[in-house]
Amino acid sequence: MIGETLTLKVAAASAISPSLRHLRLVAADGGKLPPAAAGAHLQLVLNGAARTHRNAYSLISRPGARDAYEIIVRRVPSSRGGSAFIHEQLKVGDVLEAGWPGNLFAPVRTARRHLMIAGGIGITPFLSYLADFAFGGADYALHLCCREDEQHVFDPWLAGKSGVNVHWDADGRRLDIPALLAAQPVGTHLYVCGPAAMNDEVLELAAAAGWPASHVHCEHFGSALSGGEAFHAFLAKSGIEVSVGEDESLLEAIERIGVKAPCLCRGGACGVCVTPLLDGEAEHRDHYLSAAEREAGRLILPCVSRARSGRLVLDL
Amino acid sequence: MSIAFKPEETFRGDYSYRNSDAAVLRFPFPFPEDRYMYSVNIEPHVRSGPSDVFLRPFDVDEHYIAECRDKAITLERDPGRCQVLPHMMMAQWDTLELLMENLSADYPEQFSLIKEGDDFGSRWTWINRPLGIEQSFIFGNPETLPCEPFEYITRQAQGDFAICDQRDDNLFMDAGMVTSQADWSLEFDVGMSFMEWHGPVPLAHQTGVFERALKYLLMLRLGQPVRRLNWTMSINPRLDTSPESYPEWGPDRASVTPANAGQKVHLRVELQTLWRLPRSNAILFPIRCYLASLEDLARVPKWGARLHRVLSSLPPQLVEYKGLTRYLPAALEWLAQHDDGRELPVGTEPGITTLGPR
Repeated sequence: MIGETLTLKVAAASAISPSLRHLRLVAADGGKLPPAAAGAHLQLVLNGAARTHRNAYSLISRPGARDAYEIIVRRVPSSRGGSAFIHEQLKVGDVLEAGWPGNLFAPVRTARRHLMIAGGIGITPFLSYLADFAFGGADYALHLCCREDEQHVFDPWLAGKSGVNVHWDADGRRLDIPALLAAQPVGTHLYVCGPAAMNDEVLELAAAAGWPASHVHCEHFGSALSGGEAFHAFLAKSGIEVSVGEDESLLEAIERIGVKAPCLCRGGACGVCVTPLLDGEAEHRDHYLSAAEREAGRLILPCVSRARSGRLVLDL
Repeated sequence: MSIAFKPEETFRGDYSYRNSDAAVLRFPFPFPEDRYMYSVNIEPHVRSGPSDVFLRPFDVDEHYIAECRDKAITLERDPGRCQVLPHMMMAQWDTLELLMENLSADYPEQFSLIKEGDDFGSRWTWINRPLGIEQSFIFGNPETLPCEPFEYITRQAQGDFAICDQRDDNLFMDAGMVTSQADWSLEFDVGMSFMEWHGPVPLAHQTGVFERALKYLLMLRLGQPVRRLNWTMSINPRLDTSPESYPEWGPDRASVTPANAGQKVHLRVELQTLWRLPRSNAILFPIRCYLASLEDLARVPKWGARLHRVLSSLPPQLVEYKGLTRYLPAALEWLAQHDDGRELPVGTEPGITTLGPR
């Protein structure tokens, strides 16, 4: 079970609502997929018209599934192109590249009870939670807040599950979050996944109600994504200018043009790739440099860090 | 790949453990340079490296049968060497699957795994030929195994295993099978956080090694295991150097003389790997222990000379922490005859392909 990228084939695709598309993805070679955990996400490489997108989607398949991955994608009106590509262009039989599943939103296994609050499509990570909790016999409750016309959209994954409550914007159907939070026994962990405004509201209410931060969890995809704005780097010793794409690291770009750069962990921790920065302003993403070293701005870890300004000059 | 096991050798009593020439040449010698200091020496656990022990994710060697027997003896005397907190059942199955899949794929002559399905509830049959085991069970149902899944599979694997649960942006040692440890206690550490269980390590905290390592491990990805080597020294080829059994091995440190150091003093290298587990999101931490006497190591001229230099220049805090104080002078005196002062190439490779006569 070692690997970085997967080649997937779209085995089935269906509209489960006007704005939601369900995809079933299998290994393109017919083999088995790596198992994944509750709360895991899949980063898909989507070759859109303008550029390549790397979008992360929660896996809704049961944890440990190796025959297929399932995701649900909402068409975002302000889409950068990824969700539009999935809704308009992707069809059964198409092949996609993906990273191995990652997980930034795993359930806390020491919790005495799991309280999940989902806003619309934010239910997706919790669909895999439900399968996990069914196996482990955990105590849980799920509250889904959605539009009234979407209340049955997720029924195929919720059928037969106890502890599921659906809310929408109508008298008697709204979720009273403060009352819900106040009614939880000690040892409950709260998970929220929905629109940013809803996440913020739930987090604020939980803090106001005295919930310890260690018991409150919010899904955030941002830190799963590597890459960023494209920029240029000039390797002073080699005399080569290299352009770093938005989907590659500075180290990968340096390696791509054949310049040897020492490295080890490739994750910003070991410090082996630390390189003198002769000019330009770095966006430091490593765990290695001290605050003083960052302030001085004379060193960079090309495995994770990027340019804040348009161009970096490295002593390589 | 056939392996010439040495089922009769022992890691206690008469200490009949010996390395074949091939085992010496593949020893994961940990010192690329003449000086040693702590660092975050973590790298991807790929199927290659300066020693054959890196060719497969879970290395099985000629000591496999004898090591599993020694583990069983230790567990019989002290069942507390295997502990699993109740919330770790998913991680137990993850560990069983990871080991069975890798061992059966990499050592098909020795191990087979027959699955009727991949999901929980599927019938699996596990065959371990070196240990003469055939077990049919339901994946996901602990009652269909003779003991819980983590204990079951780690009894059949060389080295120690810990499982770290990830929560609160921290790692907690919430399960372990620890029978060949370098003087640390699972009984004491179980349930501790990453900083707590590393508390006793000298010097490294001040340089921020553990903060960086923890941040890195929290981001460890499924399918991208990493590894590092750690080392200490042991008197006699003893796997069970635990605090619990200290009275049995501690006094041996006083038995070392310059005349017997070559046979008695062993370099103990741990190949530590770290794996993100797929269902539980926990991290599996296997600690595979390799032992070689100074005599074994000195048969590789580069290693004998380098070990002399590393041990001569070791910071006193490390000498004390690793428990070398009492016998280090005798070991250095023995090693000095193998160090002519010539410049040694950087790297851990032996630099030779066959050993001279003993």
